[in-house]
Amino acid sequence: MLDKNGIAKRIAKEIKDGYYVNLGIGIPTLVANYIPEGINVVLQSENGLLGMGPFPFQGEEDADMINAGKQTITTLPGSSIFDSAMSFGMIRSQKIDLTILGAMEVSENGDIANWKIPGKMVKGMGGAMDLVASAKNIIVAMQHINKAGESKLLPACTLPLTGVNCIRKVVTELAVLDILPEGGFRLIERAPGVSVDFIRQSTAGKLFADADVKEMELN
Amino acid sequence: MINKKVSGADEAIRDITDGKTLMLGGFGLCGIPENCIAALVKKGVKALTCISNNAGVDDFGIGLMLKTRQVKKMISSYVGENAEFERQLLSGELEVELIPQGTLATRCMAAGYGMPAIFTPAGVGTEVAEGKETRNFNGKDYLMEYAFDADFALVKAWKGDTAGNLIFRSTSRNFNPVMAMAGKITIAEVEELVEAGELDPDHIHTPGVYVHRIFQGRDYEKRIEQRTTRPRS
Repeated sequence: MLDKNGIAKRIAKEIKDGYYVNLGIGIPTLVANYIPEGINVVLQSENGLLGMGPFPFQGEEDADMINAGKQTITTLPGSSIFDSAMSFGMIRSQKIDLTILGAMEVSENGDIANWKIPGKMVKGMGGAMDLVASAKNIIVAMQHINKAGESKLLPACTLPLTGVNCIRKVVTELAVLDILPEGGFRLIERAPGVSVDFIRQSTAGKLFADADVKEMELN
Repeated sequence: MINKKVSGADEAIRDITDGKTLMLGGFGLCGIPENCIAALVKKGVKALTCISNNAGVDDFGIGLMLKTRQVKKMISSYVGENAEFERQLLSGELEVELIPQGTLATRCMAAGYGMPAIFTPAGVGTEVAEGKETRNFNGKDYLMEYAFDADFALVKAWKGDTAGNLIFRSTSRNFNPVMAMAGKITIAEVEELVEAGELDPDHIHTPGVYVHRIFQGRDYEKRIEQRTTRPRS
């Protein structure tokens, strides 16, 4: 079973040379720590920055230079700054190659819910609805099962939706799964030490799994 | 050159009265019009509708206007970090409309470009789409979203000149340029106000035609919400 860093590490292997990538808050942010050596990747922050660099050294924080998580950050050689309308313009027009974001639930037809729990304080969707509605390549980083052991990979989402029929790949603490265009989760890899049977039990949505599906390679 | 300079925040906001709709630039606490917010709190105008990506924190930004119950309605994409906001929302004192961040930015842009509406895929199939017109273009569904109609836009820039031209710095640019374009009356506060002619026309982000009043701001706090650093190894 993977921890959060393990999920981030596995997702990082999906990033290819030359990609522009938007990372959401939470596990997706950790992906930046595992981008493979030797490839050129540009991180977009939807508050208006391409080419997000590491956190500043202590004492060099700049209140005017933050990421979408409101953290102080730095730029890199080749970075650019733009306004919020242009930021979502490049998202809508699919200039961003890969979007990685978290989810509370995903359904077997690629719906995603990640912004609202009825009865709880609703903070808002931020840029998530824009990202899932437009991105051509979205990877969801999420927990496969909740603390009570209930699956979050469902036949249909129970929470208010963020987007419909838009997710094609999910990486969890248990597995890597594709969502098939005709519906259903296809098991691609299992996490180290996790059995296909356990993944089957933990997936409420329709699952297609070969008995000999390979284990993830994380290094 | 037309001179847009006013003496300060109090003069700039003099005709903002109860019940007006305001746009406020900024992302989190980055690039917010600190001086205008302080002047609005001092003036005590009420029942405001505020269009802003976020709603500040308890003791800074729009949070200061929430504390004094000056805001009737917030139109935002994310309203996390504010306990007083949550209290007013749950008690029904405050009305909140949550909209996708790109939709928020583009509805500002549409107003500034003189277009009545936009079509966006954000929110299709979700509760955001309820009651909205949907159109299909090239096999994909889009929601029609209207341009904002705001009485005033309050923006913060790094440098400006007396002709109203603005230059923003780093990611404090965010919503400021599109809101500057969208207000019926746009008020810009700047860290450094110079005479017309001192800024290179090629470096202007927002042309002065969109700015009605400009003033030299003061005492900027520029608070950091999440101070993250790395060790010097």
